[in-house]
Amino acid sequence: MFGFFRKSSQTPEPPSEGWWNRLTSGLSHSRTKLTQGLGGLFSRPLDDAWFESMEEALISADVGARTSQTLINDLKREARQQHIKDASELKPLLKTALVNLLQPLERPMDNRAHHPFVILFVGVNGAGKTTTIGKLAQHFQQLGHSVLLAAGDTFRAAAVAQLLEWGERNQVPVITQEKGDSAAVIFDAIHAARARNIDVVLADTAGRLPTQLHLMEEIRKVRRVVTKADPSAPHEVLLVLDAGTGQNALAQVRAFDEAIQLTGLVVTKLDGTARGGMLVTLAGEHPIPIRFIGVGEGLEDLLPFDARSFVDALVE
Amino acid sequence: MLNQLTDRLSGVIKTLRGQARLTESNIQDALREVRLALLEADVALPVVKDFMQEVRERALGQEVLSSLTPGQALVGIVHECLVHLMGEPGNGLNLATQPPAVILMAGLQGSGKTTSSGKLAKLLKEQQRKKVLLVSCDVYRPAAIEQLQVLASALDVDCFPSSPDQQPEAIALAALDHARRHFHDVLIVDTAGRLAVDEAMMQEIRLLHHALNPIETLFVVDAMQGQDAVNTARAFGETLPLTGVILTKLDGDARGGAALSVRKVTQKPIKFIGVGEKPNGLEAFHPDRMASRILGMGDVLTLIEEAHRHVDRVEAEKLAQKIKKGQDFDLEDFKAQLVQMKKAGGLNAMMDKLPAQLTKGMTPNTQMDDRAINRIEGIINAMTPAERRRPELLKASRKRRVAAGAGVQVQDVNRLLNQFEQMQKMMKMFSKGGVSKMMRGLKGLMPGMP
Repeated sequence: MFGFFRKSSQTPEPPSEGWWNRLTSGLSHSRTKLTQGLGGLFSRPLDDAWFESMEEALISADVGARTSQTLINDLKREARQQHIKDASELKPLLKTALVNLLQPLERPMDNRAHHPFVILFVGVNGAGKTTTIGKLAQHFQQLGHSVLLAAGDTFRAAAVAQLLEWGERNQVPVITQEKGDSAAVIFDAIHAARARNIDVVLADTAGRLPTQLHLMEEIRKVRRVVTKADPSAPHEVLLVLDAGTGQNALAQVRAFDEAIQLTGLVVTKLDGTARGGMLVTLAGEHPIPIRFIGVGEGLEDLLPFDARSFVDALVE
Repeated sequence: MLNQLTDRLSGVIKTLRGQARLTESNIQDALREVRLALLEADVALPVVKDFMQEVRERALGQEVLSSLTPGQALVGIVHECLVHLMGEPGNGLNLATQPPAVILMAGLQGSGKTTSSGKLAKLLKEQQRKKVLLVSCDVYRPAAIEQLQVLASALDVDCFPSSPDQQPEAIALAALDHARRHFHDVLIVDTAGRLAVDEAMMQEIRLLHHALNPIETLFVVDAMQGQDAVNTARAFGETLPLTGVILTKLDGDARGGAALSVRKVTQKPIKFIGVGEKPNGLEAFHPDRMASRILGMGDVLTLIEEAHRHVDRVEAEKLAQKIKKGQDFDLEDFKAQLVQMKKAGGLNAMMDKLPAQLTKGMTPNTQMDDRAINRIEGIINAMTPAERRRPELLKASRKRRVAAGAGVQVQDVNRLLNQFEQMQKMMKMFSKGGVSKMMRGLKGLMPGMP
């Protein structure tokens, strides 16, 4: 678990003592679940049935049938080659395999390279884009950066009001427009941020499914227009992904990456019973850095991703 | 939706084809493929296990061995079991109670409760002529109450005002009182999203249920949900006496295995499916169609029903007759079809309901939006009735006139006529049998649409 803290060493000390508690309590739900799922398996005798239950445990955590199969086959081979007879010896092997897969995704965001630093949030409906922006606004403020929000979800009812409220809670300006599309609002916001010498622009967009081709076209346009406001922007394009998502996560990542070149992921709702195993599949099939994970409802429950802690939670 | 699963099962069927007889071992392979397909489709593992057991038992029985085409028999069994697993058709809502009939919405964050509440209100108002009152008990998420209010006013449905500083239970009771005094038939209660592990929030909705005594308690589930769907469904099912399920975001490309998981765990009917963000995007759930869709038979029935809802029935029947005969399909009909297509939600919505392996590779090219349809309509409108009936009348001079009239180039007119000709051929194929033949025809036709 200390891995999460390693990240915060490059950022100021966690401001509230609640930070640590929230993290542990947030992950403990999934931890209990996972212990039942995977941890218990390591104390059973090692045979074919063991490998099968192991594979099923991975599948039940949304790792995906094919990825699980590959992982288990590798594990079997290792066990044979190293003459391992005891299941507990396999634990470090599986952990290493998973960490090796996930570690490349462990790349925190560096928002000091540009000014203003423009972050575009995209994702399917109900993934938690607006909530993530609300939390991140506070995160950046705690780092001493000034923040501006762009209410780019001009489609869903009251989405603008939702962002305005986040702005009010965090005391940060929110750029909205009476009429006008996403692209125009975000364009405005970037200019406003420049004029006000703001450090970070968090741009919301409407939720969209990759099958809604016209909406995918619209998001491409948003990116083009953002580039017009600032040739180096957007500096981050983050896909917000619900941890409860199954194998469709891969389709989502592929479609959004193809449309607007993602730079990172935010995985939300990891505090529920969903285990987020699809991140393992993603790591194998279409790796994109995971910038943050959401482990609770609170404003500060957004943490940098740490592969080791994640894997620990998955197999401990 | 469910496309990939369809693809996969179609693949299995192909490998089974050409084999004279199903043996224990080749069933094994096919069944493993089916299992894998279901898992990759996010059907929860325990559900898959039970399902495979059922299929295996039936497949190894006599039905298969006596069958002439083993592949078909196996698909039939898988299909049958799928239908069985998915349960009863969504037979709508039970509103038989002393008004107001209360509908309580429950689910995880972001599953689509508020959007579904709005859709449900519209459906009850327009299809059942009910006087509906909406109320939001979501005092947590910023602007959740406003979201429902905006939806309500767009639908012209009453919305009971609430504010984030109130208690959910107090809001609900006040709304119930208001509904009684203002003679509303139905009260739809939207609630905050909650995680199944959040004891306090689960207790809150338990109390809310107790206070309201709803006749319908609907569990709203995201079709993209993974293996966790079983856990969530179990937790909600244990907390609340659910009466049904709404499956949302089915217009996406998620394989939708959550439908099976939730159904299996809650044993409650899936009453509606949510497709799209528009307020009319709520459809009745049909287990047989869903199963057909999974198996690659497409959802032609839904398509027909949808067309009926939007289209003049007489007109549609006339057209169906013509299609049946495979003749007399003229440009007037072509135009009528385009208009209907537009009413039924555009080409993409329709494509979604056709079998996956047939439409495969078409979708990216078929961005035939309303504008393109309008253009074709314009060209046809510029023709005389005689020309519409007999397009072969259109020679160079007439074509020039039509092009000028529609504000397009002569090439556009030519392209339309070519496409029409193909379509005519396709209709003939259709009449001679086989949607698949028709689709092959369509496949060649679509990408070239102006």
